[in-house]
Amino acid sequence: MDLALNDLGGLLADTLSSEVISTDVSKGELAVTVRPETIVKVLTFLRDNVNCQFKVLADVCGVDHPEREERFEVVYNLLSMTHNSRIRIKVRVAEDAPVPSISGVFTSAVWWEREVWDLFGIYFSDHPDLRRIMTDYGFEGHPLRKDFPLTGYVELRYDDEQKRVVYEPVKLTQDFRTFDFTSPWEGAESLLPGDEKAAASGDAPAKGDG
Amino acid sequence: MAETQIKNMNLNFGPQHPAAHGVLRMVLEMDGEIIARADPHIGLLHRGTEKLIEHKTYVQAVPYFDRLDYVAPQNQEHAFVLAVEKLLGLEVPPRAQYIRVMYAEIGRILNHILNITSYAIDVGAMTPMLWAFEEREKLMEFCERVSGARMHMAYYRPGGVAADMPDGLADDIATWCDHYPQLIDDLETLLTENRIFKQRTVDIGIITPEQAMDRGFSGPNLRACGVAWDLRRAQPYDAYDKIDFDVPVGKHGDCYDRYLIRMVEMRESVKIIRQCLKDMPAGHIKSQDHKVSPPPRADMKGSMEAMIHHFKVFTEGFHVPAGETYTAVEAPKGEFGVYLVSDGSNKPYRCKIRAPGFAHLQAMDFLSKGHMLADVVANIGSLDVVFGEIDR
Repeated sequence: MDLALNDLGGLLADTLSSEVISTDVSKGELAVTVRPETIVKVLTFLRDNVNCQFKVLADVCGVDHPEREERFEVVYNLLSMTHNSRIRIKVRVAEDAPVPSISGVFTSAVWWEREVWDLFGIYFSDHPDLRRIMTDYGFEGHPLRKDFPLTGYVELRYDDEQKRVVYEPVKLTQDFRTFDFTSPWEGAESLLPGDEKAAASGDAPAKGDG
Repeated sequence: MAETQIKNMNLNFGPQHPAAHGVLRMVLEMDGEIIARADPHIGLLHRGTEKLIEHKTYVQAVPYFDRLDYVAPQNQEHAFVLAVEKLLGLEVPPRAQYIRVMYAEIGRILNHILNITSYAIDVGAMTPMLWAFEEREKLMEFCERVSGARMHMAYYRPGGVAADMPDGLADDIATWCDHYPQLIDDLETLLTENRIFKQRTVDIGIITPEQAMDRGFSGPNLRACGVAWDLRRAQPYDAYDKIDFDVPVGKHGDCYDRYLIRMVEMRESVKIIRQCLKDMPAGHIKSQDHKVSPPPRADMKGSMEAMIHHFKVFTEGFHVPAGETYTAVEAPKGEFGVYLVSDGSNKPYRCKIRAPGFAHLQAMDFLSKGHMLADVVANIGSLDVVFGEIDR
């Protein structure tokens, strides 16, 4: 399985050398990173090439990495029934850069891309119908971005006097709590409270006066 | 005489229409009684599951999957735990694999019972639902006996299942398997050759294999148009590679074929459940790596180590090595996939849920165009959409 995937990765890197940035096989899955502006060409090739035949677009999804310069990743999961294999194509884009829409290659991409636009705010150029899909009519913001709070910004209720649904800033009766259960000594990056002083002075931590 | 211009009429179908199967709002552009355009508006049941999962540990995320497709909850859990196990590189004991396969098939029957009978109601047949829901109730009893919950089981866990089957349950499921095919036969006498049912479904909403693949179809809807593709067969997971079953394939890709496929699949599921009961080995029901699955309660009474493991699993959870995977299972509705990205911490960095119904509902415009208003109802019913998973 891995061997076939390596071959396929090699084939892509050879034929699409100017489009493919990197290929990677891990856990029996092939992931290929390509340049965003070439995504239509790459997916058309994958769909039509005899050795690929990735005729089903399983999924399009966004991933947000706020710390990166090119903040978003758009991930296309493809399935080839002829060769019984899957491939993952990834593109990296900055916040304000568009990705060419692949709705001309796979019809099913229309809604998947609408969803990515709605939840992440990644703009797809040449998309036939780029409306919001998951969130409410008139919603503002892109909820799956990492900087969007879990509780959101507005809440709504039915106002009996105005006889309509009204939006209000979210009011929490109790502060939103996240408990940090990460073990302080196993795999944690943070220092124990107080340890940074020891590192600064170069001494071993002194025992408390008891 | 001047020609009269007749403008198309816009019709709101749902969100409170009983045949909308939940909270679908569809804006239909009607040319007389012919559909000119169908624009489904979804998202009325959007709960932000993917965002919530990013804030939960891996074990805490499992119950969210029950609440996606609440008609067959265990199949969704299955996809998630397989994805986590793949990232962890975790071995699942054979007994747990068989139990999971068996309950996945129970979920498939749960789903197909609900779909077929509510579809029959949509096109005018009341009795199938009255008959079949008794069996559905029995199946949910089996779920309750093993997990404590009729619907939202939260039974599958990374590394196995939560608890072993209680005594006597296997016998009861076996007895049920013996009499259930009789009910399928009875349902068939009501529907399969029923003239009204056939008039409402045959040649309605036809889709060809090429169009279906282009539109991301999967599961029974894809098989109904003649593509023999089943993930249980093509990319077997858990114990499916040791089990013998047939994959039914349709011919025309219309509403009637989609119904027939589901009927046959129920029979196949009964076959799989029987094999699971027969072949199920004894042994552990969850991984013995107690960093991932909690130790037995009895051990915790005497062992400090077990106590610590238990505490750790239920507070911090476990850390999953950085990496990503797209893992899919053959859920009753089609390919249910989980794209899981881990950054090495105890919470998923990103968990994208690929719901089969999302792709199917997208084809509503294509399937309904040129049909009559009443056929929209037949199409929705035959596609088997549940908004828990589409809106997420």
